[in-house]
Amino acid sequence: MRAQFVMSEIGIGLRRNLTMTIAVVVSVALSLALAGAALLLRDQVSTMKGYWDGKIEVSVYFCNKTDANQGSVNKNCSTGAATQNQIDSVQSQLEKTGLIEKIYTETPAQALAEYTKQDPNNPLLTSLTPDSMEYSLRIKLKDPQNYQIVTGLVGGQPGVMKVEDQSEVLKPLFNLLNGAQVVALVVMVIMLGVTLLLIVNTVRVSAFSRKRETGIMRLVGASNYYVQMPFIAEAAFAAVVGAVLASGMLAVGKYLLIDRFLKNQIQLINFIGWGPVFQVMPLMLVLGVGMSSIAAFLTLRKYLKV
Amino acid sequence: MIRFDNVSKTYPKQNRPALDNVSLEIEKGEFVFLVGSSGSGKSTFLRLILREERPSIGEVHVLGKDLAKLSNWKVPQMRRQLGTVFQDFRLLPNKTVGQNVAFALEVIGKPRSVIGKVVPEVLELVGLAGKQDRMPGELSGGEQQRVAIARAFVNRPMLLIADEPTGNLDPQNSVGIMKLLDRINRTGTTVLMATHDQAIVDQMRKRVIELDTGHLVRDQSRGVYGYQH
Repeated sequence: MRAQFVMSEIGIGLRRNLTMTIAVVVSVALSLALAGAALLLRDQVSTMKGYWDGKIEVSVYFCNKTDANQGSVNKNCSTGAATQNQIDSVQSQLEKTGLIEKIYTETPAQALAEYTKQDPNNPLLTSLTPDSMEYSLRIKLKDPQNYQIVTGLVGGQPGVMKVEDQSEVLKPLFNLLNGAQVVALVVMVIMLGVTLLLIVNTVRVSAFSRKRETGIMRLVGASNYYVQMPFIAEAAFAAVVGAVLASGMLAVGKYLLIDRFLKNQIQLINFIGWGPVFQVMPLMLVLGVGMSSIAAFLTLRKYLKV
Repeated sequence: MIRFDNVSKTYPKQNRPALDNVSLEIEKGEFVFLVGSSGSGKSTFLRLILREERPSIGEVHVLGKDLAKLSNWKVPQMRRQLGTVFQDFRLLPNKTVGQNVAFALEVIGKPRSVIGKVVPEVLELVGLAGKQDRMPGELSGGEQQRVAIARAFVNRPMLLIADEPTGNLDPQNSVGIMKLLDRINRTGTTVLMATHDQAIVDQMRKRVIELDTGHLVRDQSRGVYGYQH
């Protein structure tokens, strides 16, 4: 087989079907970009989960003297500040569950110091005393998913003002990201389906418009491989162009959306870097080329019989 | 060269077989006319030889091979040893005469040096020397058919199958094509030609096989187009 001859046949085929080729390229680019975006969103979610899972704690706050005066607000605190016995009891109950990796205690004095450190210019500081801070247990769980068991166990115990799970704060964010990922996946599947149909149709039109050539090829004894190769190569070529465009879209998207916008807006979250983006690109290329070549091959089996 | 053993072919959704229990043999180097009215089974006969169709019953042997036992991927190899010419020439309109002939060699992977040497030779053989760079549209029907014959013959096939090659040509051009086919036959290539052209068959006095509604009704050496008993 002579490469030059095959290349020129591919060129002729692509030019002859230019509008369809453009449609395939755009369609492949969009569906691959969505596939890539879905993969990157998954990376982003797992990056964040990893980041937050290390930090998430359940905090148990005990009543302080001030709370006692507001007994109507929290019944548990009507008896005044939590006694050391109450605190120890809660702590030992927690330790017995076997779910806890470590418990840090924070005395009101430590809490005040921490608060002062975080916000030294706060005018409230002058009026705050250790008595207005709470004694608290900061619990690190072996498996953060078990926070509900802990909440159920110690919530409402005498002396416990409230149990706070920090993961609750992040839940809406994770829900949003998971939702976005599902949407991207669904749209991607639809786009991939449309792209496949488009490729099948393009190959069919292409094969039909070159019936004369392929008929002659078969008559003079060209192998199936030789007859089908230009069509498959055309589809693969369109897919390569589409994948390159999709890579460009992802790179531009990551730069504009994350680096230029989100990073400045939300400094709390650590976003994915360029690594995952570059990892996704070859994946998109393989997916695109593989998908369109196989689609072309299967179409030709039907339309270019021996 | 070609052997049909009790071959029948019935197409799907058709009651009457297109070929019905046909047995015959064509030897190497023969020149054979295949005649019969439209729908007599001529095309099916040729398609079976090219293995574009498979028989419903019976065996077709071409070039010593049982086509039923030939796997799909070996079919192209078999076809390289056959040349085919059609009524409608089947040239590529956007390629020159030379490129059209070269196409047959390119798609079976012949090196460029061979193509460059063989194409002018075969064009000279069919009487088109010097017209290598012309487009098919610029040629007369007779000349276009010569290009098609050049393409069919460029591989020096053992067997040349011509399906009404003079069907679109005036009598004068037809005679020219017949002379060319006769010349090709003299090089040792077996020629099987389906035709409606009574004058040609009567004039050439070659073997005539006649089909009628799928039946082999006549196999006559040095025959004519109509019955002459």
